[in-house]
Amino acid sequence: MTKTEFEPSIKSRPVYGVLEAAPGLAHLIVADGEGADAVTEMIARAGTAMLASTHIIYMPGPNGCDKSAALQALGAAQFRSSPSFAAASSRLAKVVADAHMGTQIYVAGTEGLIAQVCQAVAAQGLPYESVHTEHRGSTVRRVQCVHCKGITENVTHDPFKCSHCGLSLFVRDHFSRRIAAFQGVNIDAEDPGLVPDSVERFK
Amino acid sequence: MSVGAPKIPVVVTEVVQVNDLIKRFRFQRRDGDAMPTFSGGAHVVVEMDDHGTRRMNPYSLMSAPSDTSGYEISVRRDDVGRGGSLYMHTHVQPGMEMVLSHPVNLFPLDNRAKKHLMIAGGIGITPFVAQMAQLQAMGGRFELHYSMRSPALGAYAQVLKAHYDDRVHLYYDEEKQFIDLKNLLKGQPLGTHLYVCGPKGMIAWVRATATEMGWPALSVHSEEFLAPPVGKAFEVQLAASGKTITVAPNQSLLEAMEANGVEAPYLCRGGACGQCETEVHRCDGHIDHNDHWLTDEQKASNTKIMPCVSRFAGAALVIDR
Repeated sequence: MTKTEFEPSIKSRPVYGVLEAAPGLAHLIVADGEGADAVTEMIARAGTAMLASTHIIYMPGPNGCDKSAALQALGAAQFRSSPSFAAASSRLAKVVADAHMGTQIYVAGTEGLIAQVCQAVAAQGLPYESVHTEHRGSTVRRVQCVHCKGITENVTHDPFKCSHCGLSLFVRDHFSRRIAAFQGVNIDAEDPGLVPDSVERFK
Repeated sequence: MSVGAPKIPVVVTEVVQVNDLIKRFRFQRRDGDAMPTFSGGAHVVVEMDDHGTRRMNPYSLMSAPSDTSGYEISVRRDDVGRGGSLYMHTHVQPGMEMVLSHPVNLFPLDNRAKKHLMIAGGIGITPFVAQMAQLQAMGGRFELHYSMRSPALGAYAQVLKAHYDDRVHLYYDEEKQFIDLKNLLKGQPLGTHLYVCGPKGMIAWVRATATEMGWPALSVHSEEFLAPPVGKAFEVQLAASGKTITVAPNQSLLEAMEANGVEAPYLCRGGACGQCETEVHRCDGHIDHNDHWLTDEQKASNTKIMPCVSRFAGAALVIDR
């Protein structure tokens, strides 16, 4: 399995690259699910020398894919497996707060993870564009309801019901880097009850 | 400022000899109104009427951005330059009326930064003086490393040291004091932004060292205004206005167009901002691309030229202006 190819869309929609090791004093890698493959492939290409200054934070993907054993076996200086991003986020915040310039940051896996790591990094003042990213695995989306502001994780269907306020939301490609989520907009505001059939767009 | 943009009519209210090479000038509006506010790192283009020759040089503003009663710039005298700085040094006196462009910032602070690390060489100190005043007012975290030839030629070094204390670090070449850049860059917290203003060699050294040590390009900022280089005279055909003009040895292509009544856009007049970028219709010869705006591929293809600093040698140059 290789990186996910997305259809070209509006400018707001994030695009991702392929993880490539860059020179740095230290390396922080965050991955979920199939993102583990992007990490092992990058290290296979770059050589294992970087592992002595590498910290990996890993969690299973939203589809349950768990490759923590393979990542742990790489032998990075620090490896931490977490059950979820929520469980890992305080660790991530502490690591970036203590890190120095010259630390390269890599994220591989789902869009929700990539977005939230970029958000945590940007909050420290590092431009989000400087994070190395690669999309692998599930394409489920993290969506903010623009009406109640509640965030629904792992959205598969479009339109879907907001898990907070219950409105039927159309999932846009319009993406907020500040909030780290796609935008969901009420689809039957003008004709209440006239909601198109829900289709599974994200797997 | 580009063609037709409003300008600021000012009067010179103060001229101070800072050291052997540097003079400071203060400008206030002739109508007594407030100056536009600006952000630290901004520059203005100063218009000079040098005995019939129109000179327009960009200078960084060094007064506090919150001070709208006037603007201050510092000018280093360049005895072998084209004459703008010499004119400022020898002819500009208090009471004289001059014209400034509105401030433009091509070297702003990135206010998302956790910390601002500033590296200045010589007269490159001026934008940082305004930026530090701005950061002090905002409670921003910063550190200045200022390298200069000697205590006698280090403009504002002691004033800044006295004001900002241990946030200011001074290095004197004559005393063999040099910035330990690798060590400095190694210890910076994630989210630090690096700013460098000074001679070309210093900017290249700081940028290369930062890249080598894993600093992302977007966290490194620099500013260098180029003076238009002198060279041999050359002829240019202006396709849109249907004129053929000659650029004199000590004149830039932009200045030659202006002298011939052709309106061309500009902003920094120093090869940095990109505003004057012009399509090349035909190039039968060699363009000396002196800017740092066009990419290496664009320069090699000779399809664009920056008239503020670049020159030509050859049989024919036709541009879209």
